[in-house]
Amino acid sequence: MTVVHARGSLRRRLLLQLLLVAAILSFALYFTVRVLAQQAAETTQDNILIASATAISEAARAERGQILVDVPYSALSMLGSIAEERVFYRVTADDLTVTGYDDLPAPASAAETGKPVFATAIYRDDEVRIAALPRRLTVGDETVILTVLVAQTRLGLAAVSLQISIAAAAAGIGFFLLSGALSWFATNNAMRPLNRLAQSVERRGPQDLSPVATSAPTELVPLLQSLNTFMARLSASLARTEDFIAEAAHHVRTPLATVRTQSEIALRSVRKPENKQILREVIRAADESSRSAGQLLDHAMVALRSDNLEKEQLNMKDLAQDVIRSISPTADLKDIRITCSGSDTTSAVEGDPILLQNALRNLLDNAVKYSPEDSRIKVEISEDASTVRIDVLDEGRGLGDGDRSRLTERFGRGDNVRDIIGSGLGLTIVEEVVSAHGGSLALTDNPERRGTCASLTLPSA
Amino acid sequence: MRVSYIALGLIGWIWVQMTSAHGFVAEEERLFEVDRPAATLNILSTADLSVFAPLVEAFQARNPTVEVHYVTASSSELMKALYEEDAEFDIAISSAMDLQTKLVNDGFAERYVSTETASLPDWAKWRDRLYAFTQEPAVLVYSKIAFEGLPQPTNRDELIALLRENPDRFQGRVGTYDIRESGAGYLFATQDSRQSESLWRMAEVMGRLDARLYCCSSRMIRDVVEGRLALAYNVLGSYAAAHLADNTDLGILQFSDFTTVMLRTVLIPKTAGNLDLAGQFVDFLVSEDNRDLIEDLTGLPAIDPGVLQREAAFRPIRLGPGLLVYLDQLKRRTFIRAWLNAMVQP
Repeated sequence: MTVVHARGSLRRRLLLQLLLVAAILSFALYFTVRVLAQQAAETTQDNILIASATAISEAARAERGQILVDVPYSALSMLGSIAEERVFYRVTADDLTVTGYDDLPAPASAAETGKPVFATAIYRDDEVRIAALPRRLTVGDETVILTVLVAQTRLGLAAVSLQISIAAAAAGIGFFLLSGALSWFATNNAMRPLNRLAQSVERRGPQDLSPVATSAPTELVPLLQSLNTFMARLSASLARTEDFIAEAAHHVRTPLATVRTQSEIALRSVRKPENKQILREVIRAADESSRSAGQLLDHAMVALRSDNLEKEQLNMKDLAQDVIRSISPTADLKDIRITCSGSDTTSAVEGDPILLQNALRNLLDNAVKYSPEDSRIKVEISEDASTVRIDVLDEGRGLGDGDRSRLTERFGRGDNVRDIIGSGLGLTIVEEVVSAHGGSLALTDNPERRGTCASLTLPSA
Repeated sequence: MRVSYIALGLIGWIWVQMTSAHGFVAEEERLFEVDRPAATLNILSTADLSVFAPLVEAFQARNPTVEVHYVTASSSELMKALYEEDAEFDIAISSAMDLQTKLVNDGFAERYVSTETASLPDWAKWRDRLYAFTQEPAVLVYSKIAFEGLPQPTNRDELIALLRENPDRFQGRVGTYDIRESGAGYLFATQDSRQSESLWRMAEVMGRLDARLYCCSSRMIRDVVEGRLALAYNVLGSYAAAHLADNTDLGILQFSDFTTVMLRTVLIPKTAGNLDLAGQFVDFLVSEDNRDLIEDLTGLPAIDPGVLQREAAFRPIRLGPGLLVYLDQLKRRTFIRAWLNAMVQP
């Protein structure tokens, strides 16, 4: 099984990017509100200043060569109606002060452009906003530019602007929190189809190589198509391998059977004892080859199926009896009786029936092979809380004194069985099947008599 | 050499001290001494010493280590002292609301805020620098004998009609402020002109009756009391009330169309040397608890936040930049000329 290393999370990335966008937008909101509100406040002040200047300007007239300015009460009182600001004014004719604060700075461009001009300056220790309103006035024979300057401090504006900044910041933070929550929901929502697809693939059985039929969003369709194509290829490849195994078994076993049959016919027709001996050797070799080929194919099949167990609920007693039934003709030849004991209500084992049958057959094969004629083989099925155990006890020659771990190695055989045909694959197959099912194989001496006890322990379902 | 420099410096310093001490014209001056003075409070005020002395003593009773230096001057001299000469005072008290406003507007007053100042209604303070502590209505003071047999006027229109219909009775016997001389008179007249057009009709009628012009309220009241005047228009009611008890035939009338109310205000000049003490004195004047005390000791009506609800005709002069308008030299000249044209008829 290959391990897939996770590198970054799609979900986190999406969420982080959405949050980043939300943060940028929040800042933009903050600055926009602040700037706009400040502009609005400044515009309000400018409007009042120019209204005041207009009122003063309209009250200016020339009389007998003299400029008279009757400053209306409202011109200055209106400035006091909004905030308690300091107010200054000045009326100039060309560059001469007619009335008011004669040191109030006049924006330079007012007189030249003839249009209202606003300026911000420091006057008498405070920042003031100055509106300058120029106008032409005929005094006697000449025309002068009469400029009315009205100025107001911006202390209140500073307070208002602070208030606005705080409100704008609150709005920005609120917006960020809201969009953060929405981002979280949106991310989860966006990831849902991906999770659903992953789950639907994960839920499939090991043998299920059919195409994934879940509907998926457009972006996932290529992935899904690749997955389905891959599974189709895998499925075809598996089918080919199984066909090959069946094919190989057929191709190896059929000629061997022919060789054996022809050798037996020949055995009957030859007379010389040495020729008979040769033919018996041929038959023995053919048997050994056939058995080895069968076991090799079994081993290949076990290896293939172990990766993808097709598990079902199995009653081990039924399974054992099936195997005993299939092997009894061979046993009968040697007058060996095989008995099966254990209750019918034994817990089920979850496993691949073909593999487990194969394993049990290998054990019984061995038992038959190494048992003397007219002996007994016992199959005992027992269970405890979490396991089901199958013991196969024979009365054969036992395991010998050699290294017992070698017995389950591929092509490994005991030292005391050189005289009997064997491939050395039987116990290897058993071991592989049992460990694929999470169980274990133990080989011990038969406690009752001389012989071997092979025990399979499998977890119960 | 060095000695002569020091001598020159000393002479220069003395000269500066002398000019600054005597730049403006003070009228009265008194040091309210205490046994162990810890601090001195310098007050520049337009209120007469006789009126204010009890109040200063009440303040000293609560602050027994404070020595008070009380200087009185006219409102224009007070303005001159603070605006032009940077005279060092901790407190400036004046009834000239326009000049006080200008001092604050032009940056000659310290900001001061306390729980006491917060108890004042909005119309009695401006920019946390100018605080009113009395409200003095402008009233009509008249002789009941002179009005015998005539209906009692309640507003300006009725008074104008009465004056028009009885020229014989009032010829040469009406008085009002000479607004050229009196700051309060100018303030009242300009506020009248703002409220209604009746000022100009009033001036015309009074001018036709050869109205007599006065510098101050007290003389007008005296002339009414002594029978030389039948009525005096726009007199400070607070001064007139003092004479009511002694003279049963003296009448005071608050017009029902509108009654201009002058506010006597206090501010802390920028030049104040002892801000804490100045703040204490401001608190003493504006405190809600001391309002009865001020009325008892000075006879001046203290600020009453609820007065506008009760007296519909009361129009306290509004503190704020509007008051700067009538300080404008061109405006003042134009206004006085128009007023004189109506009042002094050939």
